[in-house]
Amino acid sequence: MAAQCDSGIPNPRQRWWVIRGQIGRREYLVLALLGLLAPLAAWWGLAHSGWVDKVFMPAPEEVVTRIYGWFAEDDLLGDIWISVYRVTAGFAISAVLALPLALLIGTYRPLQALFEPLTDFIRYMPAVAFIPLVMLWVGIEESAKIAIIFIGTFFQMVLMMAEDIRRVPMAQIEAAQTMGATRGELTRLVILPSAKPALLDTLRVTMGWAWTYLVVAELVAANSGLGFAILKAQRFLQTDKIFAGILLIGLFGLLMDQSFRWLHRKRFPWLYFK
Amino acid sequence: MTAKIEIRRANKLFDTGGRHIAALENVDLDIRANQFVTLVGASGCGKSTLLRSIGGLEDLSSGEIRVDGRPVSGPGAERAMVFQHYSLYPWLTVRENIRFCRSLKIKREEITSADVEIASGRTDALIGLMGLAPVENAYPNQLSGGMQQRVAIARALMNRPDILLMDEPFGALDAQTREVMHDLILHVFALERPTIVFVTHDVEEAIYLGDRVVLMAPRPGRIDSIYEVPLPPEREQDMKLSPEFTELKREILSRIRATSGMQTDRGMLDKLTATAQPGAAA
Ligand SMILES: Nc1ncnc2c1ncn2[C@@H]1O[C@H](COP(=O)(O)OP(=O)(O)OP(=O)(O)O)[C@@H](O)[C@H]1O
Ligand SMILES: [Mg+2]
Repeated sequence: MAAQCDSGIPNPRQRWWVIRGQIGRREYLVLALLGLLAPLAAWWGLAHSGWVDKVFMPAPEEVVTRIYGWFAEDDLLGDIWISVYRVTAGFAISAVLALPLALLIGTYRPLQALFEPLTDFIRYMPAVAFIPLVMLWVGIEESAKIAIIFIGTFFQMVLMMAEDIRRVPMAQIEAAQTMGATRGELTRLVILPSAKPALLDTLRVTMGWAWTYLVVAELVAANSGLGFAILKAQRFLQTDKIFAGILLIGLFGLLMDQSFRWLHRKRFPWLYFK
Repeated sequence: MTAKIEIRRANKLFDTGGRHIAALENVDLDIRANQFVTLVGASGCGKSTLLRSIGGLEDLSSGEIRVDGRPVSGPGAERAMVFQHYSLYPWLTVRENIRFCRSLKIKREEITSADVEIASGRTDALIGLMGLAPVENAYPNQLSGGMQQRVAIARALMNRPDILLMDEPFGALDAQTREVMHDLILHVFALERPTIVFVTHDVEEAIYLGDRVVLMAPRPGRIDSIYEVPLPPEREQDMKLSPEFTELKREILSRIRATSGMQTDRGMLDKLTATAQPGAAA
């Protein structure tokens, strides 16, 4: 205690392990980089140790070479483009349909009673198991993959968004009512703005699931895309390409996640002062 | 002369899992225009329920509340409400929060440029009155609790409501901030003369602010007694030490104790002390 007062800045050992404590931006970046690079180094070490067969675990540089080769000769950009398109389309349709439904479920009890148990029920049906049905009903065109991503994300999204809407403090709503707000104004000027940060977070989380379902959809019913590339590589035992595909998907996920976080900080600055 | 707010045989039952709780039972009360009425009573005696019913945020089970002779059937802009917590809009700045009611249609129907000028004049006046000028562009979560309540009050006043309903607005503030807020709200009251109904746990606050103190009793929620405050309309902090003040405070406190059904069990306390210090008993 006394030392803390004397030096002003306590030493890191004390400072880091404060429950819900703060660290500097520099420290954060260094640690985040360490967290990303350490597994990479371990991977590199393991691949070069000679303990594992190249077929099971290619070295990082081989994967990089493979990515380059994929880019130069095998239309990597095309695969990325089609995958990103499928994810974005399925995700966007989900979001556009989920929001109004969630707004209704989160606002009106009877609609909650009508829709929430049903949604919960469907949510637990594995989206993957719908693939045969989707192929039967929708065919094997682009729309089939988009439909699978939709099934995988929509029901979760509705429930999570409805919860976000319900979390809007009643006092915020009632204050507006006693200022004479109409229903439409309550929705537009209070409920939506109040829930927006939580809604954006829900989108960020469900975007991750959309990527998962993309791969599932492409593994089963596609002839292009990152997921399909992984499947094809497996047939030819191209472990380095499997690694490349997985890493690329991870990278895109990370990028999208970070964009959502950036947008969150940008759009909702008041949440970040303290 | 009819009262500004007339409450007639108001009953409110809450259904909690099959059991009915009588939050209000046959409540009759008249509140005159431009009066400052404070509501006190033991926890759970229905103060908030009564206030919310006046505000139109709660429907009565039976009975009626009339404001200016018209039955209350829902919330309305002439009855502004100030809550204890979480009612400010965190995505709006202090100034935008105060001006919030200007974005509602009800205020835009026959809008003229003179109205706009008056409105922005009023925003400035309220910001000045509430001492919010230095923070008018800050967001609510950058402010202390006391400052946040100032914003909430300014926002409620923006509409020039006839009636201001306040549910423990200073309940979460420390004693010093609360004193400052008391004088502030009295100042506002003297300037604008709304009718104020103010719920509080704090008897001293109730007497210091109120023209009348209404004491409610629990199980079932009802009005127990009403006290006229024997103080001049211009209140000063020193009056809290006057014999009239302390006498009334004693009276109300003992009445609340008598109606609350909660008593300090002296015998039990003594037993606890005895077991905690075995040496002391010997
Ligand atoms: N929405 C509700 N559902 C069920 N019971 C309720 C509800 N609101 C209030 N009650 C019950 O009604 C009674 C009166 O509640 P109310 O909140 O009006 O009391 P209060 O005097 O404001 O209490 P406090 O001083 O603790 O704020 C209490 O017994 C409470 O449990
Ligand atoms: Mg209450």
